[in-house]
Amino acid sequence: MIELDNVTYGYGGTPLFSGVSLKLAPGSFHFLTGPSGAGKTTLLRLCYADLRAHQGQVRLFGQDAAHWTRDEVAMARRRIGVVHQDCQFLDHLSIAENIALPLTVAGRLTEAQDNLTQLLSWVSLAPQAGQLPPELSGGERQRAALARAVIMSPDVVIADEPTGNVDWEMSQRLLALLVELNRMGKTILIATHDLAMIRSMKADVNARVLRLKGGKLMQAGAEL
Amino acid sequence: MNFLLRFIMGDPLADRAVPPTGILAKLTVFVAAAMAFLAIFALVLSLTAGRVASNWADDLAQSATLRLPADLDQTNEALRAAVNVLQTTEGVASARVLEPEEQRALLAPWFGPDMPVEDLPIPQLITILPDEDGYDIVGLRARLQAEVPEAVLDDHGAWREPLLEAAQRLRLVGWTILAIIAAVMAAMITTAAHASLAANAQVIRVLRLVGARDVYIAGAFVRRFTLRAAFGAAIGALLAIALLQVMPQPDAMGVSDTGFGFQGIEWLWPLAIPVAAAIVAFVATRRAAFRRLKEQT
Repeated sequence: MIELDNVTYGYGGTPLFSGVSLKLAPGSFHFLTGPSGAGKTTLLRLCYADLRAHQGQVRLFGQDAAHWTRDEVAMARRRIGVVHQDCQFLDHLSIAENIALPLTVAGRLTEAQDNLTQLLSWVSLAPQAGQLPPELSGGERQRAALARAVIMSPDVVIADEPTGNVDWEMSQRLLALLVELNRMGKTILIATHDLAMIRSMKADVNARVLRLKGGKLMQAGAEL
Repeated sequence: MNFLLRFIMGDPLADRAVPPTGILAKLTVFVAAAMAFLAIFALVLSLTAGRVASNWADDLAQSATLRLPADLDQTNEALRAAVNVLQTTEGVASARVLEPEEQRALLAPWFGPDMPVEDLPIPQLITILPDEDGYDIVGLRARLQAEVPEAVLDDHGAWREPLLEAAQRLRLVGWTILAIIAAVMAAMITTAAHASLAANAQVIRVLRLVGARDVYIAGAFVRRFTLRAAFGAAIGALLAIALLQVMPQPDAMGVSDTGFGFQGIEWLWPLAIPVAAAIVAFVATRRAAFRRLKEQT
């Protein structure tokens, strides 16, 4: 599904990480953890072709992404749902329109209404459908971002600190939704620095926990 | 045609993806209106000046003038001889001596309408009109030289050629002004499009995040700027035409039988201005959008 082979990436000539290899098999569930500044977000961005590796190879859906055109990247994005910590909505559009945006840009508007109704119900946001993003709470925005990420029925869902701005109860609700998606066969990759949250989920899902630290990616140890 | 219809109708949701930016929208409409206004007047000036010069040149080409000096002692005799030569020349349809009233009318712009022409030593003029086949100008000159050596035959060539040249240059000036207007408009719209793209960098990031292709993102900007330019140009063209209608009429301007404005098929020009503005805006915004999207990769 997504493979990173001996990948190096850095900023300003200094490698942030090097020799990173990662393979996300279909239907797998991964947590990516590590201290702030370790490069978790950068690694995720490589996984959805928002960045290009300085060295090594990134393969998405069996293809080398190194020389993809912008159109090819866009087509790959339609198979990867992304949830950001800051959600990244268009604030002048309603929550329903934001959630339907991937279908809109893909020209699949006919599917929007049915999918939208189901998704709004799934993330318990039906009453807020007509509201603008700034009018929603942090947890509601995160759930809306998750709904937008899955409306195209992607193969992979990548979430970057999805529980960073919400309380414990809301983070558990969000993670439960992600586990539910995984049970539906979706590949899940979640970056988080919240080890307590990972521990709480280990009983519910067969997750592999990776740790990015000191520029290297490794299997998480006994602390979990 | 399908592309044009789809472009004009647009995709309401795609259009809504990019928030309207008030000042840039107004700027684009204003620039397009101003440029269309100027373009209409550049066209009118070019077309009218060209038409006037062409008409004058045509009139002059169809006639010649024989002039007998005013101080000639035997004027009447020379006049009869000259008319006789002209009337017996093959290709001359008519040779008519100008009446004092006609001479007075010719001099009126300089000396006023009450000038006593009869008392002044002014040359006697004979207007010569050729028939369909025309006459041999060299042969006529030779005959006049032999029989009325004082007469001067003017075929208006010295006036006609500069007028034709002036007409061609005026047309060139008109087209040059139009090209400059189009270039300025393209530059202004490109600047506005760049500003709009920069102001909407976050929108572009989100659209890309959810899988929007460049053509979709650019399309939202291109359609908006193209329609604004067409709308603004239509307003500018309408204002210019309205102003043309209240401008002094041809007689008052002394431009004889040609009008100041559009005539006949020339009325297609004002219709073409908004279309041309839309095409300029489409090309300028599309180039700006794709360049910006490439830079933001």
